[in-house]
Amino acid sequence: MALSPDEVRHVARLARLAVTDEEVAALSPQLSDILGYAEQVGEVAADDVPPTTHPFALTNVTRPDERRPSTAREDILAAAPSVEQDRFSVPRIVAEEG
Amino acid sequence: MTVVEFRDGWELVVGLEVHVELATNTKMWCGCSTVFGGDPNTNVCPVCTGQPGALPVVNDQAVRDAALLGMALNGEVEEHCWFHRKNYFYPDMAKNYQISQYDVPLIHDGYLDVEVELEDGTLDTRRVGIERLHMEEDTGKSLHVGDTGRLHGADRSLIDYNRCGIPLLEVVSHPDIRDAETAQGYLRELQAIVRATGVSDARMDQGSIRCDANVSVRRIGDDLGTRTEIKNLNSVRSLGRAIVYEADRQIAVLEDGGTIRMETRHWDESKGVTETLRVKESVTDYRYFPDPDLVGVVSPPEWVEEIRALMPELPAAIRARLSEAGVPMAQAITLVSGELMPWFDEAVAAGADAQAVANWLTGDVAGQLSTEGLTLEDSGLTGTHLAELIALVDDGTLSTKLAKEVLAGVIEERGAKGPAAVAEDRGLQQVSDEGELRAIVEQVVATNAATVEDIRAGNNKAIGALVGQVMKATKGQADPRKTNELLREVIG
Repeated sequence: MALSPDEVRHVARLARLAVTDEEVAALSPQLSDILGYAEQVGEVAADDVPPTTHPFALTNVTRPDERRPSTAREDILAAAPSVEQDRFSVPRIVAEEG
Repeated sequence: MTVVEFRDGWELVVGLEVHVELATNTKMWCGCSTVFGGDPNTNVCPVCTGQPGALPVVNDQAVRDAALLGMALNGEVEEHCWFHRKNYFYPDMAKNYQISQYDVPLIHDGYLDVEVELEDGTLDTRRVGIERLHMEEDTGKSLHVGDTGRLHGADRSLIDYNRCGIPLLEVVSHPDIRDAETAQGYLRELQAIVRATGVSDARMDQGSIRCDANVSVRRIGDDLGTRTEIKNLNSVRSLGRAIVYEADRQIAVLEDGGTIRMETRHWDESKGVTETLRVKESVTDYRYFPDPDLVGVVSPPEWVEEIRALMPELPAAIRARLSEAGVPMAQAITLVSGELMPWFDEAVAAGADAQAVANWLTGDVAGQLSTEGLTLEDSGLTGTHLAELIALVDDGTLSTKLAKEVLAGVIEERGAKGPAAVAEDRGLQQVSDEGELRAIVEQVVATNAATVEDIRAGNNKAIGALVGQVMKATKGQADPRKTNELLREVIG
């Protein structure tokens, strides 16, 4: 499967990554190769092999509904670039045109 | 499905997405408290703020609650499901993805029967299919700072992550709804079921149940039209108004030769309009993939049956039971939605007549509590008190009017004294002692000679004035029937 330069730009935009035209030109064949490797799985998977959603054969890893102490607010807010009224302050949210 | 015409030649098509915030003690993936209204960013930890290396662990109770609600909505529990990441950037979701379910939700293929009252007062049952119920997590709360207090025109946004990570169930209906009344009935019934199962307090005003509506219109007989998603519907009333507004807007656009754009619109309650919020991202743009931090959830049949055994009596069954006992539908709906059933059942078990209990609970009890600003729970009134009160009316000890005063007295005492004790303490029993009442009647007849003449001359209605005099003399405690009898006897 070949990824077009436009598809690479689209995926980069969704991931909020800035890419130059040179990077797009280099990434398109590389990402296409990776997809190609992954697609090989489809060639060997028979109908009797269920799709794998996780590499570990584990299920139902749960915890009881019991409270545990939260982190001190000042420690959590220390990671914020900007704080106002004990909240994370972020720039105006701009709706994206799709 | 029969065609329901919305406007001349047009059909309305609605599907609802209802988010239910679970009333668990802790969040979906961490042990932080879910309490409403805490100080900003005090119920947060590395997991719910998406710190690198933090690992989510599924809240066992949330899965149980989801299965219970799913079964209450007639859904089937998937034997093996898992979680996906829904990737998007928005500051109220610190991880930059929301953990949700995608291809295999916990519950699929349910339905809800909605009773809609027709114009002639009869009830019509409409079945709305439920595609799925999936588990996910809530986002944080944004406070937009600037001129308007809304996103539009704000300078910056302040984020509180307390709500981020609270277990959320999304109930997705099929686009089976053809009018606003059914949509409203569906939301009301879902709310009642959520409350009955106890998985959430389902308070729309606190956002613990939220509803988005997918609305489209089509010319009757056509394929489905392009839909818009309406957000910010904070009440059952808003839902109905927004659907009608949006459908009319779409019809106007289409009749003008325009096209509908797939977008998310915001309902403005004060202006009564929907406005463009954002153009919808397509599903592929969310780049869903199985969350590698979480393993699957297996629900074996014996576990499913263990949860099913916890199912309480559901609202529709309660209403049917009430209807059979002769309680009118309007009262039955109030008893269920007002969560008055424990009192009703207790009073009936204590021997009271079902219809009388329903009358008292939905009438005077509700009225007096709302005047006092009390809940039934806080009033101290019990179902047994109610049965006692009704018995005192039935045996003639209390008139209806006195019974209302006794009820007020019991509430005033917060249930510390029952109706019989309150009536006795405050001397509220009817005077039906014949000797006592006869003396008062004779006195009234002696002092109202003109009226008595009038009655003897054939003016039967004039006796009412004398009954009034007797009532006044007994402070309203005379048995009216007995008073009437005695007056006629004395006047001769």
